[in-house]
Amino acid sequence: MRRWAVRTGFLLALGLLWQGLASAGVWSPVLLPPPASVLRWLGAAAADGTLAAATLVTLRRLTVGFAIGVGLGLPIGLLCARSRAFDDTVGLLARGAQSLPSVCWAPLAVLWFTRADLAMLFVVVMGTVGSIAIAAADGVRAVPPIYVRVARTMGAGGAATWLRVVLPASLPFVVSGMKQGWAFAWRSLMAAEIIVPGMHAFGLGHLLHYGRELHAMDQVLGVMIVIVVVGVAIDRVLFASAERALHRRWGTGRSP
Amino acid sequence: MTDVQQELAPAPPLKLAIRGVGKSFAQGKAVVHALDQIDLDVAEGEFVCLVGPSGCGKSTLLSIIAGLETPDRGEVLADGQPVRGPGRDRVVMFQEHALFPWKDVLGNVEFGLRFKPNLDAKARREVARFYLRMVGLEAFAHAWVHELSGGMRQRVALARCLAPNPRVLLMDEPFAALDAMTRERLYGDLQQIWSARRKTIVLVTHNMREALTLGDRIVLMTPRPGRIHAEHVSGLPRPRDINAPHLAERAAELTAELRRALGPDEEATR
Ligand SMILES: Nc1ncnc2c1ncn2[C@@H]1O[C@H](COP(=O)(O)OP(=O)(O)O)[C@@H](O)[C@H]1O
Ligand SMILES: [Mg+2]
Repeated sequence: MRRWAVRTGFLLALGLLWQGLASAGVWSPVLLPPPASVLRWLGAAAADGTLAAATLVTLRRLTVGFAIGVGLGLPIGLLCARSRAFDDTVGLLARGAQSLPSVCWAPLAVLWFTRADLAMLFVVVMGTVGSIAIAAADGVRAVPPIYVRVARTMGAGGAATWLRVVLPASLPFVVSGMKQGWAFAWRSLMAAEIIVPGMHAFGLGHLLHYGRELHAMDQVLGVMIVIVVVGVAIDRVLFASAERALHRRWGTGRSP
Repeated sequence: MTDVQQELAPAPPLKLAIRGVGKSFAQGKAVVHALDQIDLDVAEGEFVCLVGPSGCGKSTLLSIIAGLETPDRGEVLADGQPVRGPGRDRVVMFQEHALFPWKDVLGNVEFGLRFKPNLDAKARREVARFYLRMVGLEAFAHAWVHELSGGMRQRVALARCLAPNPRVLLMDEPFAALDAMTRERLYGDLQQIWSARRKTIVLVTHNMREALTLGDRIVLMTPRPGRIHAEHVSGLPRPRDINAPHLAERAAELTAELRRALGPDEEATR
């Protein structure tokens, strides 16, 4: 409770400082609009539904892209851990894909898919697959061999050993890989939405882009704030509880 | 009988025959002869202790009996049948507890029961609770592994190995990492379980007094290459106390014998 008070107080103070500097006329409101006008834009965009619609569009793209990324990345990672040949071929591509900021795919993706929606989905998938595949492969490689010996001596076959021992034992790696993949997906989608023009469905990145076109920095800042809030909220909902559960079981870290 | 009652009845013990087993490992360019020409019989319901310095192939021999490793030469027969792989009639308890952190204590004990046919979830739970009670940890059924002390973890590992009711229990220095008090408690538990549940046990240790406290027969091993030096029948009446003077005396004699067998350089490495 105390920590929440500190956090809220700090953010309020930051807002007040910003408002004070803006009122004192330190910067032109065109360069840095005061928080009041950002709040005004946020209020209006919330009221007319623009914000909710854009957030929904963005989240849908993100979840679908992330789900595809996990669906591809997990099996790739597991196969990489199992087979050296697979690791030296597909695994190599996955590592390459991971070190390439996936928004670099945007120009090609627009050409290939023509539909902006699919192009953006592709960018998100490319941002996710690599880090999830690598984390899954590392996770499987880090499983203590003695766990496998325990399972085999108790009569577990190959499939049961994988399902009941290797996969759960690699969960801490997989979850942190998914978290990283999610962060990549989130960043690449925002970049893609800013770069790839939206035709029908406007996401948060498009709102930000049009704010720039209109020189409406209150809109740009407002969207930035929404992006931060959505990002933090998703991180909490999706990963914080999973991580807490893992820490409780493994006895690692300290659950906050 | 219900499945659970059947499951909780003592298993018929099993006889082991180790015939001319040899095993080498490549370590870089060198070849390590971990085991050479091992012949050993273990009778049904017998408690045999393998004693020797580290590196004499005790763990390798246990893994071969378990079917986790294949010998280069020779074979292991379990009830007359050649061992071709791991099987749940021969369960290994390792030196490290190797409990699964993603399962709670009860889940760990239940693990091995999954691979037995005819047991549904409820029966598995009941059987697991029985063994948890046996090792005195019923109150910790829902604790996580990292919340337990070293001795408690080893007791859970013991319960996990016992739960599938294996006919042979293979134990690789299970008590080496524990303090003396905890260890002595577990000696009591193990002797009681062994006599009540009629199992064949092969236990590896480098502690001669531990071997004399637990075993019917003590097998002394020497390294490079790993060989059986001698076998001794314990002959001491049970229950035994590890702190009894005559047991300590016997242990000193056997240790001296093993020392002589090891020779001066081996002695220095002990
Ligand atoms: N998987 C392995 N690869 C290479 N060398 C091994 C392997 N397992 C055991 N060894 C070697 O075989 C010898 C016997 O090992 P081990 O059976 O563990 O002995 P102990 O359990 O009596 O200490 C040692 O020299 C060890 O280094
Ligand atoms: Mg060993």
